[in-house]
Amino acid sequence: MTRYIRHAAAFCLLLLVALLVNATRVQVFDAQEYDDNPANRRRDIERFAAARGDILVDGRPVTGSKDTGEQLRHERTYAQGPLYAPVTGFASQVYGTTFLEHAEDSVLSGTEPMLAPLPLWHDLTRSRSPGGDVVTTVKAAVQRAAYAGLDGKKGAVAALEPATGRILALVSTPSYDPERLSGTGRSVADSWARLNGDPDKPMLNRALRQTYPPGSTFKVVTAAAALDSGEITDVDAPTKSPDPFTLPGTSTRLSNEVTGCADASLRYAFRWSCNTVFAKLGADTGLGAMVETAGKFGFNDPGVKVPSSVAASTFDTSMDRAQLALSAIGQYDTRATPLQMASVAAAVANGGFVKAPHLVERTTTASGTTVDSTPTRTLHQAMGPGTAMRLRELMTEVVERGTGTNAAIPGVTVGGKTGTAQHGLGNSGTPYAWFISWAQKPGDGEPSVAVAVVVEDAAAARADISGGGSAAPIARAVMEAALSG
Amino acid sequence: MEVRVPRRRGTELALIVVAVLLSVYGYCDVGLARTGSVPPGAAGYGAGLGVLALLAHLAVRLRAPYADPLLLPIAVLLNGLGLVLIYRLDLETPGDRAAPTQLIWSTIGVGLCVAVVVLLRDHRLLRRYAYLSVVAALVLMIVPIFFPAVNGARIWIRVGGFSIQPGEFAKILLAVFFASYLAANRTALATTGRTLWKFVQLPTGRVLGPVVAIWLLSVGVLVLERDLGTSLLFFGLFVVLLYVATGRTGWIAVGLLLAAAGAYAVGSLEPHVHSRVADWLHPFASIEAGQGPNQLAQSLFAFAAGGLLGTGLGLGHSILIGFAAKSDFILATAGEELGLAGLTAIFLLYALLVERGYRAGLALRDPFGRLLAIGLASIVALQVFVIAGGVTGLIPLTGMAMPFLAQGGSSVVTNWIIVALLIRLSDSARAHAGAGGEPAGDRLHQEAPR
Repeated sequence: MTRYIRHAAAFCLLLLVALLVNATRVQVFDAQEYDDNPANRRRDIERFAAARGDILVDGRPVTGSKDTGEQLRHERTYAQGPLYAPVTGFASQVYGTTFLEHAEDSVLSGTEPMLAPLPLWHDLTRSRSPGGDVVTTVKAAVQRAAYAGLDGKKGAVAALEPATGRILALVSTPSYDPERLSGTGRSVADSWARLNGDPDKPMLNRALRQTYPPGSTFKVVTAAAALDSGEITDVDAPTKSPDPFTLPGTSTRLSNEVTGCADASLRYAFRWSCNTVFAKLGADTGLGAMVETAGKFGFNDPGVKVPSSVAASTFDTSMDRAQLALSAIGQYDTRATPLQMASVAAAVANGGFVKAPHLVERTTTASGTTVDSTPTRTLHQAMGPGTAMRLRELMTEVVERGTGTNAAIPGVTVGGKTGTAQHGLGNSGTPYAWFISWAQKPGDGEPSVAVAVVVEDAAAARADISGGGSAAPIARAVMEAALSG
Repeated sequence: MEVRVPRRRGTELALIVVAVLLSVYGYCDVGLARTGSVPPGAAGYGAGLGVLALLAHLAVRLRAPYADPLLLPIAVLLNGLGLVLIYRLDLETPGDRAAPTQLIWSTIGVGLCVAVVVLLRDHRLLRRYAYLSVVAALVLMIVPIFFPAVNGARIWIRVGGFSIQPGEFAKILLAVFFASYLAANRTALATTGRTLWKFVQLPTGRVLGPVVAIWLLSVGVLVLERDLGTSLLFFGLFVVLLYVATGRTGWIAVGLLLAAAGAYAVGSLEPHVHSRVADWLHPFASIEAGQGPNQLAQSLFAFAAGGLLGTGLGLGHSILIGFAAKSDFILATAGEELGLAGLTAIFLLYALLVERGYRAGLALRDPFGRLLAIGLASIVALQVFVIAGGVTGLIPLTGMAMPFLAQGGSSVVTNWIIVALLIRLSDSARAHAGAGGEPAGDRLHQEAPR
């Protein structure tokens, strides 16, 4: 019997080995696959187990966290949700994260290895540190001024510090409260459905993610290209432009909202926004020079991150002369985000240099030690310093005695450019009112703020003035807030 | 020639102290992980477990001084760990606390263990009750049919707040009957009857009949009750003991063939089992169908989350498995929170328990004792394999309780009785080991012509 007992024992040993081999398969070799299965709730539970770090504006958190005691335990709260929604985005148990909540998720949720005192060990153990904080470049006063200025109208504002690229304000209206998407309850699903079904698209971040035809504000780019390429050498010389101007190779005639544009100088054309002059100028400057300059201003760059990802602004690279003429006045296929147009104004203000726009000053651990800070980076030199100086002068005249007088601030040097963008089938839509500008305090060596404002439903009798009428006062309020800060 | 056999009771005591301390450490660890403080019941828990273990130790010291010193500590450690895991899962289900009840059942189990060690002076006594055992086993198994089904299986008797699972006790009774019957008839089983092919020798129906009848009856009842784990266990127990008793490899072949045929028939005809097999083959089918993970998928997630070293006690999420987390799936909590390292340790504890049972079987001289020891050890081995294989996706899932670890009073009590019997058997084995001479069983076998 002894032999058979030993055989039976060997059989039991075989069973044990089978169990151990299979357990090793599940726990070691196939573990990653099981961990990655989207139906595995562990990742979500881990994720919300601890309070999320905060997003700071002016040193104060605009986000918060509340402990619900539920399975996905901590829910995000927002102090002034609608005001900062384009900056923060939302952090939802159900619908994921957007904007800074998304771009800085590893810091906020505590998975970023750099948050730990011993990053390498931390990476190895895959443990979580307490969520870190994200210190933004946003100035509360500027943000509030922009939000109040839009006053519920559909539109967006982006404000920059020209010398650094720091984003001072990022506003999109109508807005929404991201807190409504925190949690797992029925009301969250209802909010999600309602926000997505809203024809006004309150969750659309118009400042970063929506591109508009920039209209006459694009004339800044066209002027820069013409000056840099030598197409224009004297801003006061007549430009030999007919009024109306027939688009090359077509019978379409382009006219102006103002008088005096025939053969007008660049100075006059810029101040009064003559379409005929700039369309011809764009076509004369040529596709190559126009595309190059637009690219250096930041157009056609699909990978812009601030670190929230920004929709690419576009300027077509192959066009006939008629299309190029229209593109030169910000129509045809030319499209830009408000942030892009703020960058255009900032480039003029900053001697031609385009600084990388950024929304995050630095990230810190929960106890405030800096983990990472965003350096100031020059993206391109969009134009020569002389051209920038010239354009500054031209933009200042727009505000002093042109289409942009509504943006003037007493005692402050303000440069601007109005724009009214036609859109819709056969230009049937209500035009978009644009205003881009910069402001320089007396005594300062250089402008300290650049702004782009777009208002979608601006109604105005004289189309080209609508940028000056609807958008310029908002820009003025934003610049005033930035200068007094 | 008389050789003095070491009793090793001191070793046992030391190991018991280690087992109790490890359990208390685990208990404190759960509290520290969850609330940052030592749970208020830690002292009481430690004292309770310690007193129980010491009582059992005293009983062994006085009445079974030669018993294997590993059996009791292993049982204490597994039971203690089981209580920790159930307490830990109780934290996730505040409305449904199972640990206090489990502690009561553990106490009853240890009490019965002490009673068996003290009262059963010689295991051969059990032989006399072989037929009584089998009748009792069948009655116990049939009774639950008259009680309402719980989660699809009619294996419980509910009286007042307590529910017991009589089938658990039937395991021991059936092992006693098989061991006794096979010990009495093994020569006839091995030598008489006609030869089919070269190896399979079919014994006469007179010898084989009763045991096959009992086995078929019990499996039939279990299938009626949808207790597939236990029917598989009885089948395995029967085949192992038949093989050990007769040494006929043919029995294994026949057993495997029967098992395959039976499994195929039940698997394709019985919807309950069919779905278990389908789950085993495609654990993520319900996820792909958009219905979320089923229990097996959740169990696999839990094991995977544990990885090599585990999340630490109290820090896993195995409660996601749902209602059976404390019973059938308790191993998933061990796998997640203690990792492959902890799981391997637990498997090795079981393996050691089984090995000690086998060792007692080898050392014993009477065929009944040998078969009983092998039978009891095999019950543990098969049960661990079936349930652990099930929850880790190695074999289709069958509902069964992990010995000592899982929530379930009948199971804990039964396993303590198994340990008590193994203590008694190993005591006999080692007490006479010094007396010299071959075990009687083997001599008998060697005399038998093949």
